[in-house]
Amino acid sequence: MENRLYLSSSPHIHSGETTDKVMRKVIYALLPATALSIYFFGLPALSVLLICTLGCMGFEALSCKLMSKPLALADGSAALTGVLLALNMPPTSSWWLALFGAAIAIFIGKQVYGGLGYNPFNPALVARVVLLISFPVQMTSWTAPAPLGSGLDAITAATPLGEMKTAVMLTGKLPELAHSGFLNYFTGNMAGSLGEVSAIALLLGGLYLLFKKVISWHIPVAFIGTVLVIGAIFWAVSPEIYPNPLFHLLTGGLLLGAFFMATDMVTSPVTDKGMLIFGFGCGLLTVLIRLFGGYPEGVSFAILLMNAATPLIDRFCHPKIYGQTEAKA
Amino acid sequence: MNLKAMNLKTFKGGLHPPDGKEFSATKAIEVCPLPEEIIIPLAQHIGAPAEVCVEVGAKVKKGTLIATARGFVSAPIHASTSGEVIAIEPRLHPMGKALPAIVIKPDGEDAWDENLKGANPDDLSGDELKACIQAAGIVGMGGATFPTHVKLSPPADKQIDTLILNGVECEPYLTADHRMMLEATEQILDGIAILRKVLGIERAVIGIEANKPDAIEKMTKEAAARNIEVQALEVKYPQGAEKQLIDAITGRQVPSGTLPMEVGVVVQNVGTAAAISDAVRLGRPLVERVVTITGPGIKEPKNLLVRIGTPLQFLVDQCEGLNGEPAKIIMGGPMMGQTQLSLETPAIRGTSGLLIFRKEDLPRYEAGPCIRCGRCIGACPIHLQPTAIATYARLDLFDEAEEYHALDCIECGCCTYTCPATLPLVQSIRYAKAAILAKKRTI
Amino acid sequence: MLASVLTLGGIGLFAAVALGIAAKKFAVEIDPRELAILEVLPGANCGACGLPGCGGYAKAIVDGSMAPNLCTPGGSETIEKIAHIMGVEAISADPQIAVVCCQGDNSKASLKYQYLGLEDCNAAQKVADGPKNCPGGCVGLGSCVRACPFDAIEITTEGLAVINRLKCTGCQKCIATCPRSVIKMTPLSTTTHVLCNSTDKGALVRKYCQVGCIACQICKKNAPESYQIEKFLARVDYDSAENPEAVVEKCPTKCIRDFSTGYPEGSSFSAPSPVKKPEQVA
Repeated sequence: MENRLYLSSSPHIHSGETTDKVMRKVIYALLPATALSIYFFGLPALSVLLICTLGCMGFEALSCKLMSKPLALADGSAALTGVLLALNMPPTSSWWLALFGAAIAIFIGKQVYGGLGYNPFNPALVARVVLLISFPVQMTSWTAPAPLGSGLDAITAATPLGEMKTAVMLTGKLPELAHSGFLNYFTGNMAGSLGEVSAIALLLGGLYLLFKKVISWHIPVAFIGTVLVIGAIFWAVSPEIYPNPLFHLLTGGLLLGAFFMATDMVTSPVTDKGMLIFGFGCGLLTVLIRLFGGYPEGVSFAILLMNAATPLIDRFCHPKIYGQTEAKA
Repeated sequence: MNLKAMNLKTFKGGLHPPDGKEFSATKAIEVCPLPEEIIIPLAQHIGAPAEVCVEVGAKVKKGTLIATARGFVSAPIHASTSGEVIAIEPRLHPMGKALPAIVIKPDGEDAWDENLKGANPDDLSGDELKACIQAAGIVGMGGATFPTHVKLSPPADKQIDTLILNGVECEPYLTADHRMMLEATEQILDGIAILRKVLGIERAVIGIEANKPDAIEKMTKEAAARNIEVQALEVKYPQGAEKQLIDAITGRQVPSGTLPMEVGVVVQNVGTAAAISDAVRLGRPLVERVVTITGPGIKEPKNLLVRIGTPLQFLVDQCEGLNGEPAKIIMGGPMMGQTQLSLETPAIRGTSGLLIFRKEDLPRYEAGPCIRCGRCIGACPIHLQPTAIATYARLDLFDEAEEYHALDCIECGCCTYTCPATLPLVQSIRYAKAAILAKKRTI
Repeated sequence: MLASVLTLGGIGLFAAVALGIAAKKFAVEIDPRELAILEVLPGANCGACGLPGCGGYAKAIVDGSMAPNLCTPGGSETIEKIAHIMGVEAISADPQIAVVCCQGDNSKASLKYQYLGLEDCNAAQKVADGPKNCPGGCVGLGSCVRACPFDAIEITTEGLAVINRLKCTGCQKCIATCPRSVIKMTPLSTTTHVLCNSTDKGALVRKYCQVGCIACQICKKNAPESYQIEKFLARVDYDSAENPEAVVEKCPTKCIRDFSTGYPEGSSFSAPSPVKKPEQVA
């Protein structure tokens, strides 16, 4: 008679918070931003979202099959990468661009390293940056929002950050929009990629993640705090060339990056101290690229560069161990 | 009682699993009847197993010495009821293998050995009291079963100034200490007085988790007159781990690789204090303890006063039997308890609880890759990086695991509990610890 | 134009000179025989010789601190080559390979309990001495598979470790990691082995395993030259074994296997061509 009892090493209970639930919560947190982007940019936004998400899941399944690994769709990480990628794309992206992005995110960004948990860079950002460098025209054709039911046609427009960069380069002065229109930026009524436009929706999602303890406060606070402080310093020095820190906060991908991209667990440091350093580095690089770099937006590059520094940060940031200092004394 | 006003203390790290104490917290301690057979293993404490000093066929009384301590870090063992020794043979031990045990057939009288004489602790010196405790085979009742007299014998160069009584009971499901504090308050406080005399110190603090407000209230009321402090502690696992408790109450951290006496503290479980009182005043050795029989797999969870050596099956029978087919039988709590091969094993001195889960209570998860979320690091009460140690252990890189302080791990299980990838982190760390220690021994 | 040519040329020249000086200054004298030996060694750094790597062993042979016939993975061919390099006579080691002495997979041996946790034999062994009722049987969680530097071990579909006789080089890494000492070194020339590791009495073995040795003595009675029974466990006497495969059919529990006829069920390995002993002088 076989013994049906289970034996194992302690502990015998688990919190029940598994990887797929964590991923699902991040997707829930992105829902407000996703919904608003569909509201502002209409059906094209929806199609980009669907192509990216389904594309990522399809490519994930394909690569699992190619490498004869067990199918890993259930952990939800591929779907999350897809949603994040879509939120980083211009709303009018053509279908092939979105699909190509999905392939890069999954194959080059994730699976070549061994899949979930082993990728050094955020897959969605890898895809975005590859697309941005390979297809600069398509990836920077922005349109002004044409809310559903407003009857407006999508017309080409620049993002506030792009407009600022052009104006500063041409005239040496900040454009008018850097001083006003903050309410529009806050609700998301501006040109930009799908997910970066609505500060309020992103904040809502970010707070949900913090409340559910999916992410800790360290990275978002250090990231946003650094951008605000350094932005404020430049602004105080010469407000004609450097924008208000609030402008930094509300335009571009800062909130999306700080709450959803930089906090990607796989590619960020594991200790509290490391996360603060990581957030600070992201913030610093973001401001420097925005103000002095060739691209108007620097969040993606900043996060990817700090992703590269993550192993080093982890190597040197260890938590203070109980009873360890006294032992040496 | 207003818990908010009590200035709850705690440590950094840890987490709060659902505590499941509602099954048995309100059940008063009942005396467990005599089983058909009593199986008393010789290895019931940390240190060398005891040495048999009776023969098969010998008639013993409750409290008769049946096995003597082997060395200083060991403890003697006594018969837990009157009857006849019918066998001395290997029997299934809670460790999961057959180990030598003394089997007693009870005669039903349950008569105490008449040679056992109590004494008034006021008439005895500290050393005499300690000898009493040693002879009674008292060991730590919280589950670690470290011989108590060893803890009470600090080297001359260590100044002890604080005695901490552990009434935290942070393990989910267990309520034995909770009931003891409510029902054996007098013995516990008496035991504390004896411990203070042995150690020659004044300060004694009872630490109790805030989820036992009735125990805090009762203890505070009774302890005030004897100059014993009661400290309420935040509800968090592993608040009752020795090092975390010391940190919470005194703010001192026990240096890595040393004992609490290094920072002038001795920690004893409240159950141990009660046993010490019985040992001195009544002369009764440690032959009984309170066991919480609980879990969704038990029909009628209870707190029972159990004779050491009572088979687990008999305890289950006292609780109206099993509720469905058991999938996991755990001796102790769900975080650090040990799974059992069968209900034939006996309850021993370290058995604080018997917890039974059915299959439906234990969702199965497939372990996935580490997603580097860092939850294990946040939950670790020692502030280790469990995921790093576990990864090194999987690669057999034990030197690196040691560099990450694998040996400081207290195996509380917080990391495994919280891991979203459901990796068996503690088990990997335990594996690394064993390998590191084995390597140290060979060098 | 000229400036850039000069700059590049200058950098190149400087680097070349620096490298040249460094090569001379920090040159390490190596005995050419050491390099030659390293060339013929298999290069798996398996440790079978007792040193952590092939480089160390090559060095040890040259300085005379170790014998030249300790590389079991390389086989007689390598040993001959090394002997040739060193100018000594080859003392060929009898090639030995590892065999898992157990056939009690999940379908044939009963379980003491269902194990949950780390997929590692050593970790499982710490939980109540392992999940199998048999104290000597293969745990089947693959610690040996991970230890094998030659990819010669697999876990069958029924959870039993099996070693490929063509790939095994006899480095003994699996033996070092196995918590139950179920893997044993045997001569490559003998293909028949008793695949059981339980020293329990026959009646007990019957209770927990369908293919365990019950010490019935039938093999010994039929081929006294080839078999011995020790601690209720039959074993092939490799020193005097004479056609041990003759009694394979007679074993009542089928715990004796002739590997030239096939591997245990569930294994993906195909039977190697039988290796026969050199003709013995009668």
